[in-house]
Amino acid sequence: MVKKIRNFFQQGGLVLFVLGRILAGIPIIIALTILVFVATQALPGDAAVSYLANTATPERLAAIRDQLNLEDSIWQQYFSWATHALRFDFGTTLTGETSVSAILGPRIQNTLILMASSGIVAIPLSIIVGVYAAVRRGKLFDSVSSVITLILAALPEFVVAIVVVFFLATNIFMIFPAISFVEPGTLAWSDPMSLALPTLTLVLAVTPYVSRIMRGSMIEVMESEYIQMARLKGLSERTVILRHALPNAIAPTIQVIALQLAWLAGGVVVVEAVFAYPGIGTVMIESVKARDLPIVQAITLMIGALYVVLNILADIGTILSTPRLRTKYVRKNDTTNIFATMDTDQL
Amino acid sequence: MKKPLKPRSQLHTLTALTFKQGYAKLGGLIILVILILALLGPYFAPYTFDEFVDAPNAPRSQTLMLGADYFGRDVYSRFLNGGRSIIGLSLISTVLGVGLGLLVGLFAASAKPRTDSLIMRFNDILLAFPQIVFVLLVVSGFGTSIFLIAVTVGLTHAPRTARIIRAAAAEVMERDFIKAAIAVGEKRQRIIISELLPNVTSPLLVEFGLRMTYSIGLVAAVSFLGLGLQPPAADWGLMINENRGSLTVQPWGVIAPIAAIALFTIGINFITDSFAKSAIGIDRKGKE
Repeated sequence: MVKKIRNFFQQGGLVLFVLGRILAGIPIIIALTILVFVATQALPGDAAVSYLANTATPERLAAIRDQLNLEDSIWQQYFSWATHALRFDFGTTLTGETSVSAILGPRIQNTLILMASSGIVAIPLSIIVGVYAAVRRGKLFDSVSSVITLILAALPEFVVAIVVVFFLATNIFMIFPAISFVEPGTLAWSDPMSLALPTLTLVLAVTPYVSRIMRGSMIEVMESEYIQMARLKGLSERTVILRHALPNAIAPTIQVIALQLAWLAGGVVVVEAVFAYPGIGTVMIESVKARDLPIVQAITLMIGALYVVLNILADIGTILSTPRLRTKYVRKNDTTNIFATMDTDQL
Repeated sequence: MKKPLKPRSQLHTLTALTFKQGYAKLGGLIILVILILALLGPYFAPYTFDEFVDAPNAPRSQTLMLGADYFGRDVYSRFLNGGRSIIGLSLISTVLGVGLGLLVGLFAASAKPRTDSLIMRFNDILLAFPQIVFVLLVVSGFGTSIFLIAVTVGLTHAPRTARIIRAAAAEVMERDFIKAAIAVGEKRQRIIISELLPNVTSPLLVEFGLRMTYSIGLVAAVSFLGLGLQPPAADWGLMINENRGSLTVQPWGVIAPIAAIALFTIGINFITDSFAKSAIGIDRKGKE
């Protein structure tokens, strides 16, 4: 049955394949809601007691229990939470006044601005570094960049953040603000200086992974026979690299880029907290401290959903950037699932 | 009579190859120094970790090697006391996570294709949350207990390790000696333990090194965010957070722990990378 459905989508060419991938994301999103719920509310222990801690009075406990539906059975609790969550209704915060969506709205935009600005800098940068290191393999640039990326890959992001603050904000060069002064509720564009250091931190955290994969993939391509062929035809090295090697080397990197963008969603949480940047990360930390479950659940679910979406985009991107796969799906005669063999491992 | 040469195990050869590389030696040295510092440090600390010795943020002096922290406690003594918790917790979570991932990976690789793909599909779903986000989620539901944090960090490692190990073990499953073992009728447990496991040790060790680096980052980050060890405990992550506000007047309270964390993770990464290179067999001597 599953196979039949899969074949149907694959034989229908690219459009149906894309549709199939999107449909396949739906059960995963549902699974994510179960996971988020289990990780917070399903185990014994009373979320209302832990939220109120020392300030618990019978009335307040009852109010919180009522708000989280703690008196219902575990299935009813999950069902009412999940059906609302899938409609982007995450209820109100445990303090009771504001709705979770109202708090998160502008902050999601700020976080997306930060992720986008990091991605826009980090992705081209890491591709350039990776390609250049591969072309100059074994030479000075290669060895220096490989040590630097090895070191950066080892460092936790908050360590990078503090080091960046130390050098560029507080102690050595006092150029950028150490914390952002963007008013909550306004967009980060209003103060570009505040974006600088968080962006730099995330760029330093993402670049090593992507550039190392890019280098490896590029080296593999450069040793292939068709590159030799291109050289033997007398093409300039520039043409060989840019026209023949790069497009082929970039396909495996797309998966890693998508994974790194998904990782960024986690990385921003800590980095935002360091810089007090008014995005979802800072709210998340505040809410974890206050044990305000509805907000934390909402943010976690959104980050998980983002991962699913990015993965689907990466799969589509891989197909579009690989001529072999592209024709496979457009000529509608394929029955094998390429993703069974595709290596999408995280580093 | 000459004794027959004892065959060197593959692992032995790999380790020897690894430590021939300069970076691995450097990494080993760094790790050794930090480990000694963390384990024996508390015995050499001039003060206890929660003793008030000077004015808050007092600068470096004859008696206070690294000055006082934001509360007036000796930074040097707190630094010497603060390594055990983070290294211990990271080790626990790494062993737990990599161990669990290993079990799942080997089980999936040796299972029927349908079971295998079912396990791995489920595994993929677990990958959707960045590790730090999942740890924070659990903390918000169940509170800040350092044991819980170590376990949760370990649990977030498991699906990632399982993927790597399954991929490595699936390749081994295709080889003839496994087919022979199955044909002879060896039990599955035996195949897993005595045929599969010895053949995935290299990816396993690389994975262990990688996961240890991430564990340190995660455990430290949780403490840094104020959700791990609670004051007045001495812990490198917590110290960075506490003294961050006085970075301009008395930077040593931040510099010392941050340097230790950074060096330790860099050291582990140097060894892991060198080992991975030896295992793959490329760049063995640094140059072709």
